[in-house]
Amino acid sequence: MAIFIDKQTRIIVQGFTGKIGTFHAQEMIDYGSNVVGGITPGKGGQKHLDRPVFNTVKEAVEQAGAEASIVFVPPAYAADSIMEAAEAGIKFCVSITDGIPTQDMMKVKIFLSKFPKDKRMVLTGPNCAGTISPGKSMLGIMPGHIYMPGNVGIVGRSGTLGYEAADQMKALGIGVSTSVGIGGDPINGSSHRDILEKFEQDPETKVVVMIGEIGGPQEVEAGLFAKEHMSKPVVAYIAGLTAPKGRRMGHAGAIISSVGESAAEKVEMLKELGEIIAPTPAAMGETVAKVLAKL
Amino acid sequence: MDIHEYQAKQLLADYGVKIAAGGLAYSPEDAVQRAREIGGHVWVVKAQIHSGARGKAGGIKICKTHDEVTEASEALLGKRLVTHQTGPGGKQCLRLYVEAGTDIAKEIYFSLLIDRAQERIVMVGSAQGGMEIEELAENNPEAIKKIYIEPAVGLQDFQAREMAFALGLNADLVPQAVKLIQGCYRAMRELDANMVEINPLVITGHNELIALDAKMGFDDNALFRRQKISELRDKTQEDPREMAAADRGLSYVGLDGDIGCMINGAGLAMATMDMIKLAGGEPANFLDVGGGASAERTEKAFRMVLADKNVKAMLVNIFAGINRCDWIAEGVVHAVKKIDMQVPLIVRLSGTNVEEGRKIIEDSGLPIITANTLAEAAEKAVKARNEVVAGNYQPPAARNTVTSL
Repeated sequence: MAIFIDKQTRIIVQGFTGKIGTFHAQEMIDYGSNVVGGITPGKGGQKHLDRPVFNTVKEAVEQAGAEASIVFVPPAYAADSIMEAAEAGIKFCVSITDGIPTQDMMKVKIFLSKFPKDKRMVLTGPNCAGTISPGKSMLGIMPGHIYMPGNVGIVGRSGTLGYEAADQMKALGIGVSTSVGIGGDPINGSSHRDILEKFEQDPETKVVVMIGEIGGPQEVEAGLFAKEHMSKPVVAYIAGLTAPKGRRMGHAGAIISSVGESAAEKVEMLKELGEIIAPTPAAMGETVAKVLAKL
Repeated sequence: MDIHEYQAKQLLADYGVKIAAGGLAYSPEDAVQRAREIGGHVWVVKAQIHSGARGKAGGIKICKTHDEVTEASEALLGKRLVTHQTGPGGKQCLRLYVEAGTDIAKEIYFSLLIDRAQERIVMVGSAQGGMEIEELAENNPEAIKKIYIEPAVGLQDFQAREMAFALGLNADLVPQAVKLIQGCYRAMRELDANMVEINPLVITGHNELIALDAKMGFDDNALFRRQKISELRDKTQEDPREMAAADRGLSYVGLDGDIGCMINGAGLAMATMDMIKLAGGEPANFLDVGGGASAERTEKAFRMVLADKNVKAMLVNIFAGINRCDWIAEGVVHAVKKIDMQVPLIVRLSGTNVEEGRKIIEDSGLPIITANTLAEAAEKAVKARNEVVAGNYQPPAARNTVTSL
C-alpha cells in the first residue's frame, strides 16, 4: 500500500461548501477519492455534491467514519479547523490554506504534541498541494492525471515543482507510490524527515525524491535521518541557487535568514551525508531513473 | 513587514521597555524643535530607514548644539543611505528621530526570534553588544546565549533571570532586565511579531537599562488581525516594483540579471531561475503568477517583467495543473498582441492540454520561441539573450502604429 491514503480512506472536506472547497472536492471525487462528506458549520444536515454536510468534524467521524480531512478554510480560521480535526480523531489532515499566521501554527503544533503518538493526527501543510497515491486516492489540488502509479515516493515543499518531477518521471515511464506536499511555510505540520520515515516503512516505495528549497533546516535534518535510518536511496534537489539572502521567494518560508539555509549550502551538506543530488531541476527524472536501474 | 526604529520603540515602550526621550522630525526645523523639547546638551539625530547598520552608513549623528542638529538633519533628509542590508540602491531617509544623548557604560545584545527548527520563540543574548549578531555568531559563538520558550506556558521569570545573569548584569539590574525581557516577549506574542531586536541594549552611567536601538519585524500573514501594526507600513522603504506586484496579487522579487521570468508556483519559479543560471544566464526577477494565470493576470505579469529595462529576453514557464495549457497559451498570445514586445519571448508549457496549448502559440504567427522541456527553455532563453546583447536581434515591427496629428 501507499502511505497515508489509499482507495478506502474515508475523506472529509473542511470548508466543503465554499467555492474552492466545492471545486476541489469535485475534482477529488472525479479522481476516485472516497469523499464521504464535508464540514461547514451551520449547514449541517444539508447535502452538497451528493454528500452529507456536517456542523463539526466530530459528527463526521461518528456518522461517516471520516479518517482523513482536507482543509480549505480561510487563513484566519484554519488553525482552529486543524485542531478540531485532531481532537475529533482524524488520522491524516492536509491543510491547503496559504497564509496562516506563524504563531497560530506554533499553537497547532503544541496542540498536536499533547496527543500520545499513536493517537496523534498527522498534519501536512499548510500552504501545500496535498497528497496523492496515484490510481488510489487524491487528497489535494494537484492535477491527478500527471501521476502514474509506481514505486517512487515524492516529498516536496512546492506544488508545481513536484508536478514537474512527476512529469519528468512519467516521460521516462517511472511512476509514483505517493507524493506528499509539506508546504512552503516556515512552520509546517510534517517535515521532510517525518515523510522520509513513512516512505522507509512503505514496502511499495523503492526510491524517494526529496524536493527542498532555500530557508530553514529541514532538508539537512532529513539528510541526516536518511543517512542513519534509511535503506532506500533518496534523490534530492534544492531549489533557489539564485535566491539572494534575506529576500522572500514567494513561499513564506523560502528566505535565507541564517547560515546553512542557502541552496548551495544545503546541497553541500546533503552531499556530505551521502545523498544523491539531482544536479539540475531538469534532471530530477533521469537521476531517479539511474538510481532505479541500479536497484 | 518591517517598521522604523521610532515605531518599534513606541510599541515597546507601551510594554514597559525603557527608551530615551525622543521625537520624530520631517524637517530640520522639526528636529531643532524636538531637541528643545527634549532638553539637555547632547542629541542624536537618527535616519529612519528600514535597515540595520545605519551608523556605518553615516545615518546616525551626534550633535552638541542646535546648529549641529540642523546641519545633521539637512544632511540626512532626502539622502539615500546604502548599507549591506539595503542593496546598492540604498534606502531614502525621509524621517528623522531625534533622541536625547545617552551616557553609555556598557552595550549588550538582546533579541527574540522564531526558531524554525524548534518551532518556538528563542531568546538570544550576548554581553557583547553593538556589533551585529551574524558577526558575533561567526567570530565568537560561545558568547551567545540562547534560551527557548515553551509556547504553551510562555516566558517564565526564571528564564528572563537566567538571560540577565548570562548578559553579565549586576544583581541590582536584574529586576529591570526581567521587566524589559518580559515586555519584549509580550509585545512579540500580542502583536504577531516575528522578531524583536534590541541592539544595543545599554547600561547607562545611572545604572539604567535602555533600548538604544530597536527593530521589529511582523508576520505578514497575521497583519489581517493587527490593524494598528498594518498602519505603520512605510511604502517609501519598499521596492516599488515588488509593492506594485503585491497589490496585484503577484509575488515579485527584482534581481540583477537580464532574463525576465514568469512562472507559476514559487518552487518551480526558483527551479527555473536555477536552470537559467546553469545555462549561463542570470534571471532578472522572481515572479510567481500563482495557480490562476488568467489572460488578465498574464498581461499584468508581462507588463511587470518588461517594466524592468534590463530585461533582454523573457521566459515563461507554466505547469498547468488545474488550469489548462490552451487557456494559458491564449493568455500569452493576447498579452503579446497587446504589448509591443521589444525582446524575444520563450514559452514552455507543460501539463494539462499541452498539445493544444503549443498549437495555439504556433498558429498565432507571433515570433514566440517555444520549448518542450525545462532545460531546453533555459538554453533557448540564454541564447536569445546573447543574440540581443550581440546586436543580432531585430524586434518585430511595431503593429498598427498610430501617427499623431
